[in-house]
Amino acid sequence: MAEEARRHSLSVLVDNESGVLSQVSRMFSRKGYNIESLAVGTTDDPTVSRMTIEVVADDRHIELLSNQLSKLIFVHSVKILSPEKSIRRELVLLKVRADRPEVCDRVIQIANIFRASIIDVSQTSLTLAIIGEESKTDAIVELVKDFGVLELVRTGMVAIERGMNTITEATKEKGEFDYGKNVL
Amino acid sequence: MLLTGSQILFECLREQEVDTIFGYPGGTILNIYDAMIDYPEITHYLTSHEQGAAHAADGYARSTGKVGVCFATSGPGCANLVTGIATAYMDSSPVVFITANVAENLLGKDTFQEVDITGITMPITKWNYMVRSADELADVVREAFAIARSGRPGPVMIDITKNATAEKAEFETLPRELHHTQGRLKRLLERRANESDLKPAEPVMEDIETAVRMIKEAKRPMIICGGGVVRGRADKEFKEFAELVDAPVAITLMGAGGFRGRNPLTTGMIGMHGSQASNHAVDGCDLLIAVGCRFSDRVALNPATFAAQAKIIQIDIDRSEINKNVIVDHHVIGDAGQVLALLVERLEQMDHADWKEEVFKYPTETEYPESDKALTPSQITESIARICPQDTMVATDVGQHQMWVAQHFHYDYPGQLITSGGFGTMGFGLGAAIGAKVGNPDKTVVHITGDGCFRMNGNELAVVQAYDIPVITIIFNNSVLGMVRQWQTLIYHERYSQTTLDRSPDFVKYAEAFGLKGRRCTNQAEFEEALHEALECGHGYVIDCAIDTDEKVRPMVAGGNDITSFLLC
Repeated sequence: MAEEARRHSLSVLVDNESGVLSQVSRMFSRKGYNIESLAVGTTDDPTVSRMTIEVVADDRHIELLSNQLSKLIFVHSVKILSPEKSIRRELVLLKVRADRPEVCDRVIQIANIFRASIIDVSQTSLTLAIIGEESKTDAIVELVKDFGVLELVRTGMVAIERGMNTITEATKEKGEFDYGKNVL
Repeated sequence: MLLTGSQILFECLREQEVDTIFGYPGGTILNIYDAMIDYPEITHYLTSHEQGAAHAADGYARSTGKVGVCFATSGPGCANLVTGIATAYMDSSPVVFITANVAENLLGKDTFQEVDITGITMPITKWNYMVRSADELADVVREAFAIARSGRPGPVMIDITKNATAEKAEFETLPRELHHTQGRLKRLLERRANESDLKPAEPVMEDIETAVRMIKEAKRPMIICGGGVVRGRADKEFKEFAELVDAPVAITLMGAGGFRGRNPLTTGMIGMHGSQASNHAVDGCDLLIAVGCRFSDRVALNPATFAAQAKIIQIDIDRSEINKNVIVDHHVIGDAGQVLALLVERLEQMDHADWKEEVFKYPTETEYPESDKALTPSQITESIARICPQDTMVATDVGQHQMWVAQHFHYDYPGQLITSGGFGTMGFGLGAAIGAKVGNPDKTVVHITGDGCFRMNGNELAVVQAYDIPVITIIFNNSVLGMVRQWQTLIYHERYSQTTLDRSPDFVKYAEAFGLKGRRCTNQAEFEEALHEALECGHGYVIDCAIDTDEKVRPMVAGGNDITSFLLC
């Protein structure tokens, strides 16, 4: 019971239909969890969407949540992605005040060091696109915050397993998502 | 052939062999009710209130094991179903609710009698649909029935826009066995990555073997018969298993009928109002085998100390129940009957005489002391048990009477006790009793209620009278909300806040107003006379039994406490 709550990534394949997102988010709020990050988009099959959901929970509760998700009719499969065996990335757009040439130079330098791209420039601002994990984004924000962060927007984290393993394949842990959708 | 959406709906119900519907019409569902006239094989029971229809469909489903069907119109019609749907959901009862909504072009415009019922019912249905055109209807209805009855059963709602009930679409009848070969159901089944066949997931053999080993090692095994045994109609397999393991069996409220109440292994009910034998056995056992039981807070009152000395094996069809309330040592996922049969194959006759002796030192039933009261609850239950046929079905409401009836009757088969265990819905009983009687015309059906509960949905007596459904209502009338008062007496220092029901109606006159016979009883002889008359008359009947205000349900363990710390013995 004394397990530590930490951030977990859940990858969920669902039908691309209306109402699915609200059912999923309802399930988390009903069980008392806040979704820290959420990214949804269609997969190579346009009728199927993949969600990456991040929540703070201990290991036991993340399993209960994943079982509850598996139970929803529109859910094809659920996989808990462990940080060691998966890659997580998010895209962050960051608009920084840069109304003096020396600030502008400094921000461009920082962007280069972090391999962020500058996607918009105006007389008084620069907009950076950063792809990475929180640590990278946090570091950049920390460095530029004195110049003035005008806006910041994140896509939410997406995650995928390393190597050949996939969400639909049989390399899952026993019973992780085949709870038995016992139709017929 | 080209049919209207409404006709397609009834063709689909015909595929599912539905012959009974409970419901209530209204403006948006007119097309469906119009089409119903042309389907004479369907008997529609018009209730007084949509909630009654929902409970009736639920009672029908619980008592027959078939899928119940309930109709309601948009807006207030379907909103009135909500309590009934939640009741079915909490007790895993397969009911398909079909509601109509306003036409597609009026959706989202706060149209007259419009409500987002699929949004409202999301958390209380196994699944729900909004159908906006006639050509998707057949596919949806087929999937809805399959989902309602499969795996862990549950309610499914189909909300159909009015235009979809009127417009025409192509329809071809498809026998039920072939439903999985096309459309949504086919896609749903294809998602099962590693399941090629269409049967429920097979229990994992490794899990079965582990369970067998644990059972063989146990010195003091104990079994809980939960609602899953009843829903899965696994009573035969359960009996074989329990007798083979030779372990005491405690029965949950929802498990009543899953194991014969007269079997010598029965320790009676378990939990908050469980018997001393059951609760002490859980506390003392070294292996607890829970079959189809989700360890609700009324069973595992304090999950931290529940069966503290024991290893726990949980057998459940629903993986999400594993470790949810009580952390278990081992689990087997699968249908109760199938898992138990596999266990039985691998076990030999065991003998736990010493352990049983230890358990059965404690009473398995509450012995109520001699009372100077004219009519006591135990006298009433004793008379009912003696006078009514042994296979009488009992539908209850919620509260003290529900516990008395659960404790003191012996249930012999799944579906014999119909009660709102999970949701605890007052006003459930009469509708449920009507549904049970309609589904089981050859059985005697008794509706046992309290005065508080009966006042809630007693209007369904109109259905009892109109269709001449001989349901016998027995009111444990203590003129208070007995269970709440019991808590106020024991835990709230006799501060009785809003639990006194010293008010109308006179239930005998109430019954008479509905065209039924009613009788008030103040002692056991009067009660027995009334009960005989009720059984013989063959129509609905209301017996109003005057009992004392301070009768209590015993034993009692207060919520959250250790299972053996009885507040009352």
